[in-house]
Amino acid sequence: MTMERKEYHVIAETGIHARPATLLVQTASKFNSDINLEYKGKSVNLKSIMGVMSLGVGQGADVVITAEGPDEVDAMAGITETMVKEGLAE
Amino acid sequence: MKNHLQGIAASDGIAIAKAYLLTEPDLSFEKRKVEDSEGEVARLLESFETAKSEISAIRDKAAVSLGEEEAQVFDAHLMVLSDPEMIGSMNANIRDNGVNAESALSDVAGMFIGMFEAMEDNPYMQERAADIRDVTERVLSHLLGVKIPNPSTITEEVIVVAKDLTPSDTAQLNREFVKGFVTDIGGRTSHSAIMARSLEIPAIVGSKEITQIVKDGDIIILDGLDGDVFINPDEETLAAYKKKAEEFSAMQAEWHKLKNADTVTADGKHIELAANIGTPKDLDGVIANGAEAVGLYRTEFLYMDSSDFPTEDEQFDAYKAVLEGMEGKPVVVRTMDIGGDKELPYLELPKEMNPFLGYRAIRICLAEPEMFRTQLRALLRASVYGKLRIMFPMISTLNEFRAAKAMLEEEKANLLADGVEVADDIQVGIMIEIPAAAVLAHQFAKEVDFFSIGTNDLIQYTMAADRMNQQVSYLYQPYNPAILTLIKHVIDASHAEGKWTGMCGEMAGDQTAVPLLVGLGLDEFSMSASSVLKTRSLMKRLDSKEMEALADKAINECTTVEEVIALVEEMKAKLV
Repeated sequence: MTMERKEYHVIAETGIHARPATLLVQTASKFNSDINLEYKGKSVNLKSIMGVMSLGVGQGADVVITAEGPDEVDAMAGITETMVKEGLAE
Repeated sequence: MKNHLQGIAASDGIAIAKAYLLTEPDLSFEKRKVEDSEGEVARLLESFETAKSEISAIRDKAAVSLGEEEAQVFDAHLMVLSDPEMIGSMNANIRDNGVNAESALSDVAGMFIGMFEAMEDNPYMQERAADIRDVTERVLSHLLGVKIPNPSTITEEVIVVAKDLTPSDTAQLNREFVKGFVTDIGGRTSHSAIMARSLEIPAIVGSKEITQIVKDGDIIILDGLDGDVFINPDEETLAAYKKKAEEFSAMQAEWHKLKNADTVTADGKHIELAANIGTPKDLDGVIANGAEAVGLYRTEFLYMDSSDFPTEDEQFDAYKAVLEGMEGKPVVVRTMDIGGDKELPYLELPKEMNPFLGYRAIRICLAEPEMFRTQLRALLRASVYGKLRIMFPMISTLNEFRAAKAMLEEEKANLLADGVEVADDIQVGIMIEIPAAAVLAHQFAKEVDFFSIGTNDLIQYTMAADRMNQQVSYLYQPYNPAILTLIKHVIDASHAEGKWTGMCGEMAGDQTAVPLLVGLGLDEFSMSASSVLKTRSLMKRLDSKEMEALADKAINECTTVEEVIALVEEMKAKLV
């Protein structure tokens, strides 16, 4: 079984929380695939706002996002677009 | 069951409608072991769905009434309600521990709330903790079958019943459907009472136990004229109050005919009848009720509704709008009165044991001259657009007045030197709200152009009774002979120097006080705009010479406030 996997370097001053986190979760929730956010050895469901915020991802962090499921390619593309558009990561 | 309560009549009018309880719901529950875990999971999910559709509806309403940006708060709530991790943990909790849905909900939510609240250096996360608390309370209320009140969803005529109403509660009330309100606590000068009068809806405050007695949907009669509340009244009472309500509307219509009339007593003495305002928007009410002046413009709202000190230009625009709006009629502007119970988010003031006796109003202004001078310049520049009168609040000593006046004169000279036009007929006066200034009024009168008596504070300082404290509220006595004697001294002192005295506290519109104040020779009465017409109507029936005798009797013969009230009632009963 395949899986989409991508690394991001967080550049947003506030890290991944506040409004950008909300938008990221909203984007992830549109897809059927299982999508996870990994940071410092912990992995959370990217469709869970509380999970994402509980990671406390700050500026300069390196995170990994994985997507697995029928629409995993589209999901990863959508997430990357949100990341860039919101100035979260490069 | 008790079906009649007596409270403090806070705003005129009579309303008959269903009760709408705006109270904290009882969300207590017991943690129980439950065999049927799947049943509990289903119950939990159903409550989540109900909460979601409710919040979606509130969100849509908010988007229309408040704008898309305000509505986004509810998006955050919806997202929490859809959070798969949180719901998953709750379901696991129900199954693994064999407990009821209420307990799983509260344990899991509590864990998340605790986690976010612990991020002390991150205010955003702490706000999210509040979101989680908000939405889980809503879900819990559905599990328990308890209603959480939400005044923005009211769609039928109601009377709101609450312990107390905060400014944000009142802001949410839909004026189309809320016909009045009754509260447990508060007095005539509390925020809720002042709001009711500016919304022009009947209200009763300080009923002590209305929230204990009334249930949602009970029919209530609210008599804001006499302070009576009837719960589920019989046909007879209902008919009597429907009649009273009609008579009151008829009387209001009568009053309204006086909108463009002069305010003169039965024997032809002219009195200036003015209104109090907080923002330029309030001018609508002033004009609709035919007030002859603005007797108190509370400029602190300019400061309180802002995230930083208002600039000179912002202030200038507001003052100009009010002066132009009054078309040459006098406008008394009170310089900033912050401190006491009014705080500014951007001005750090020390916490005080007795804020009403502390660092506030002119005391701050004299210590922060830059802030004060900005306001003075804005006022001076606006002065050419109407008839401006400037008033300094919380003056205790002549030195304070002299210092404030000197700054005003300096700013005026600077502006004139820069070629800016400034009116040359600006009157400069003080609020009389501190007993020391009242006692020395004869000396102040030589230097000021006018006095305006601020009764709310003058009474609390003279009686040494905190007006926010229920237990000593019986000492808040506007008609106490001691207060009347002080007022008389102030008015006489101003007249001896050819100056005038006004009053801008609640007492000026109090129908028991008005005859006494006319008798004491008060020149200007400033009150809630909604009280102007009934006061004009009352004054037209009063003979100023007779009222002089009445006031004299109240001061020299009455020993208690009860005797003064009886004296006035006796006189009013004889009026045509």
